Amino acid sequence: MAAVSSVPTSARTAKRRELLAGMRDTLPLLLGAFPFGLIYGALAASSGLSSAAAILMAVCVFAGSSQFIAVGLVAAQTPVAIIVFTTLIVNLRHMLYSATLLPYLQHLPQKWRLPLAFWLTDETFAVTIHRFQQEDASPYKHWYQLGSSLAMYVNWQFWCLLGLLLGKRIPDAQAWGLDVAMPVTFIGMLIPFVKSKPIAVCVLTAGAASLLTWQLPYKSGILLATFMGIAAGLLAQRLSKQAADGSRR
Amino acid sequence: MRGEEWLMIVGMTAVTFGIRYLLFAFADRWQLPPWLLGSLKFIPPAVLTAITVPAVLMPNGTLDVSPANAYLVAAVFSLLAGLLSRNLLATIAAGLLAFFAHRLLW
Repeated sequence: MAAVSSVPTSARTAKRRELLAGMRDTLPLLLGAFPFGLIYGALAASSGLSSAAAILMAVCVFAGSSQFIAVGLVAAQTPVAIIVFTTLIVNLRHMLYSATLLPYLQHLPQKWRLPLAFWLTDETFAVTIHRFQQEDASPYKHWYQLGSSLAMYVNWQFWCLLGLLLGKRIPDAQAWGLDVAMPVTFIGMLIPFVKSKPIAVCVLTAGAASLLTWQLPYKSGILLATFMGIAAGLLAQRLSKQAADGSRR
Repeated sequence: MRGEEWLMIVGMTAVTFGIRYLLFAFADRWQLPPWLLGSLKFIPPAVLTAITVPAVLMPNGTLDVSPANAYLVAAVFSLLAGLLSRNLLATIAAGLLAFFAHRLLW
């Protein structure tokens, strides 16, 4: 079969290799996502949300932190409009991700951009951007993102469902502290990005700002702290560039 | 499923997908200005930090910088493991193990 058409086969091989590499590089993040999915399911079960709604939310929204917050708000009998608005604010950071990926994906047809957007998560973004930034000229890097996306999606649905099924038996799931999986996963994703002084400045500023803005409503402090970190990073970059130019003269 | 649940899921899906897709939708028609392109590399570390730091230092809504804070202990261990090993799985596993060890021992 391989002998029939050698050129398409090699392209197919390259695509499959990217797809599998994307899945493989996402495997560690599946470990970080599973406790989170499990608690989501367990919390949903005790929040008063119907099982069908809890499953449908994981399937259609597919955004861990906003699913989490939504379930908490449902339990507190918050109006739907507030829940949707909170989701909007909490997920606004994804627009920053899509802006970062834009230069790498803008040549793709909509049939690619649509699903890749639907499956865009913190984890897939953090893994995939490293692949896009590698210097090799592979034309199939979007297959890598697809592989990462599928791994995250299937993993998430499985653990959400299991959490939902077990939820009635483990009523105090939140007290177990399984939510610690999120920060330790994010620390793991963060480390490879900190490669220069301006980025270190950006991280320190964003961290300090996130503590100061924590009390702002709808978790909007995350965005504000992000922008403060970016601004500090840009400033540090400009200053170090000026210093370098100055010493050259 | 109640009508209100439908409304919530449709609304959440619409805003989440809308945010993720908006820039991609018109990606071939607009070009980001150079100054914006230059700031993109700060986005991932800034967002990840802004989410992580409060989760670690204020797990219960108030600042808690003490060895009694299991989230902080987990974060310190995963940070050390990550810096030493440069391995994502080791980073996550070290944090989770430290957390549950703390829960058992403290």
